[in-house]
Amino acid sequence: MRRFRAAVTGAVSLSLAFTATACGGGEGSEASPKTLTYWASNQGSSLEVDKKVLQPELDQFEEETGIKVKLEVIPWSDLLNRILTATTSGQGPDILNIGNTWSASLQSTGALLPWDAKNLEAIGGKDRFVDSALGSTGVPGKEPAAVPLYSMAYALYYNKAMFKEAGITKPPTTWDEVAAAGKKLTKNGKAGIGVEGSNLSNNIHQVFVLAKQHGADFFTADGKADFTSDGAVAAVKQYVDLMATQKIVAPGNAEYAQNQSLSDFAKDKTGMVLWQTPSQTFASQGMGPEEWGVAPAPVPSGKPGTGKQTNSMVAGINMAVFKNTKNLDGALKFVKFMTSDEEQILLNKAYGSVPPVKSAQKDPVFADPSLAVIRDTLATSAAALPQVPEESQFETVVGTAVKELFADAAAGRPVTTESVRAKLEKAQQQMPKK
Amino acid sequence: MTQTAVTPPSERAVRKATPGGARAPRRSGRRRIALPYLLLLPALLLELLVHLVPMLMGITMSFKELTQFYIRNWSEAPWSALDNYTVAIDFDAPVGQALLKSFFTTCLFTVLSVGLCWFLGTAAAIFLQENFRGRGFLRTLFLVPYALPVYAAVITWAFMFQRDNGLVNHVLHDQLGIGDSPAFWLIGDNSFWALLVVSVWKGWPFAFLTVMAGLQNIPRDMYEAAALDGAGVWKQIRHITLPSLRSVNQVLVLVLFLWTFNDFNTPFVLFGKAAPEAADLISLHIYQSSFQTWNFGTGSAMSVLLLLFLLVVTGVYLLLTTRGRKTSDV
Repeated sequence: MRRFRAAVTGAVSLSLAFTATACGGGEGSEASPKTLTYWASNQGSSLEVDKKVLQPELDQFEEETGIKVKLEVIPWSDLLNRILTATTSGQGPDILNIGNTWSASLQSTGALLPWDAKNLEAIGGKDRFVDSALGSTGVPGKEPAAVPLYSMAYALYYNKAMFKEAGITKPPTTWDEVAAAGKKLTKNGKAGIGVEGSNLSNNIHQVFVLAKQHGADFFTADGKADFTSDGAVAAVKQYVDLMATQKIVAPGNAEYAQNQSLSDFAKDKTGMVLWQTPSQTFASQGMGPEEWGVAPAPVPSGKPGTGKQTNSMVAGINMAVFKNTKNLDGALKFVKFMTSDEEQILLNKAYGSVPPVKSAQKDPVFADPSLAVIRDTLATSAAALPQVPEESQFETVVGTAVKELFADAAAGRPVTTESVRAKLEKAQQQMPKK
Repeated sequence: MTQTAVTPPSERAVRKATPGGARAPRRSGRRRIALPYLLLLPALLLELLVHLVPMLMGITMSFKELTQFYIRNWSEAPWSALDNYTVAIDFDAPVGQALLKSFFTTCLFTVLSVGLCWFLGTAAAIFLQENFRGRGFLRTLFLVPYALPVYAAVITWAFMFQRDNGLVNHVLHDQLGIGDSPAFWLIGDNSFWALLVVSVWKGWPFAFLTVMAGLQNIPRDMYEAAALDGAGVWKQIRHITLPSLRSVNQVLVLVLFLWTFNDFNTPFVLFGKAAPEAADLISLHIYQSSFQTWNFGTGSAMSVLLLLFLLVVTGVYLLLTTRGRKTSDV
């Protein structure tokens, strides 16, 4: 009895001890040529909105081809883990959306179908797509791991009522002007600019652009992690200093990770945000398009361009085919459908993004001033995040470093060049050895 | 467990009923010996499938260089001998240092959480032992945290701990006026205490339930006899209640320890993917180490180390507590 109990407790402890590693599962891919499973990313203001936007299109696809598409919209917090699980188990969807910055990382796992000439031909050829969007589809020189679906870029969004009240007549174009405007806006519990301090990906997007403006990169030309260069340290410090020294960011933003900065903006608590395609979210928070303005994100010279005048990452969503699909023909048909002019115009309009397909971009909808800023940024002053296999790890470790620095700043601890460098050094040591 | 306890007397009775018959009892005895194992077989096979196979896979993974380049086909990943382990326990390097720090954080967290859970659970169970109006209601109320789905409950806590709009700061700062500015609970050093509060809130009803069940087995006349001898409430608790609960407590503390040490859901739901350093529990740390660098070999090696540690602690604990009991039982 006693031994029995010991054995039971032993077994229980064994199984408990391993819960940390025992994860798994995933959906089965259909063998039937008449169905496809599609994992969509969350582009609208909620998963429900996405379903409403996509379902009629999927129905239309079924009408045209007889292929039924089973849709699952996956929140951003889960998408990468779901893809990793699918990769490990081989049980995944047929087609999926990926954040374009993950292209190279996922490409290295071999889970995604390479877009060779033949596959590209099946969807109308590479030339249909804008160059900058194609720059975020995998390691340069390799066959792309995905094709562009929606394109986005960062811009400066400002609250018109708050600008008027603070007597600011035109949106800032340089960081000094941002600081000056921020100082005017920050009073009576209101703040100049919002950040999402605990959102790792957003932190990366912001410091990547700032590093470009300091002439630095987080990876060397041959793909090695290089987080501690003077430029990278200065970039991270500059971003955290918006809260730490300039004090134009409310300290509470350090724990934001669920787009709370956009709610603050819509509630007239924050005057500016640097964001990609937030119009849907503003609208869902009750802020109409006439209440906010948009301008190109700030650069040192005030005039966006390439190199040190870069003011955005190439943001966007790519569409990939899972290599294990048993319905390759149907999957290619579906990608062709989703990248057709008609669907591109309709979907990008619904999501407030810009089509990466050249012919669809010409539609008058995208000449609207708010979208024109994004289109021009993508064409002239956006740079792709490093296309290296370790990109996704870089997002996590450096994103976490920035999060911890914001936590320091919010708690009133000094953020110095040394403390920034120490955090980045630690992040770099966590990267896989090469 | 009841099965094993009941079988021996019945077996004895059967043997007594068929005295002398040398062949027949042997054959039936053999069958009888086989029967319990046959009955256990389905459970055993499932146990193998559900627990042991993934565990063995985990142990295998810990000896492989299972990075992003191989996750699609594990078997192709090269063997790395003890490399994953040397990385994990090289305490001069950042990975090992972080693991060690997380280990100590977890130890402190576990001791505090288990201690508080046990204390609150025992105290509440003893207070609710007396019959009074509303006892049933209170007992039910106390079990609510245990009955709630973990995710829903912890998400609610995460909302309450928000700095600007959370209930906790509203009460502490706005109403009671503690602190110059509202505190952060989900980032920075306070996150440890936030995690502890949620963990105790979630864990103590189990201790309450277990101790309450144990209390029902203590004969009332022992208390009456003690009262006649002039023992007060405190003395009764010390000399009757606690010693009688010994065997219950032994299992309770062990189970609480293992659950708390391994708790993944609470910190993950509370803090998300990147836990603050102050609240970096080991299970979340291992998850981060695996998924951050997409190096599942190192993550598995850390898991195996954790498994060994927990096995040693469990073994030593059982050895110590059962040895003590043997003498007192006799």
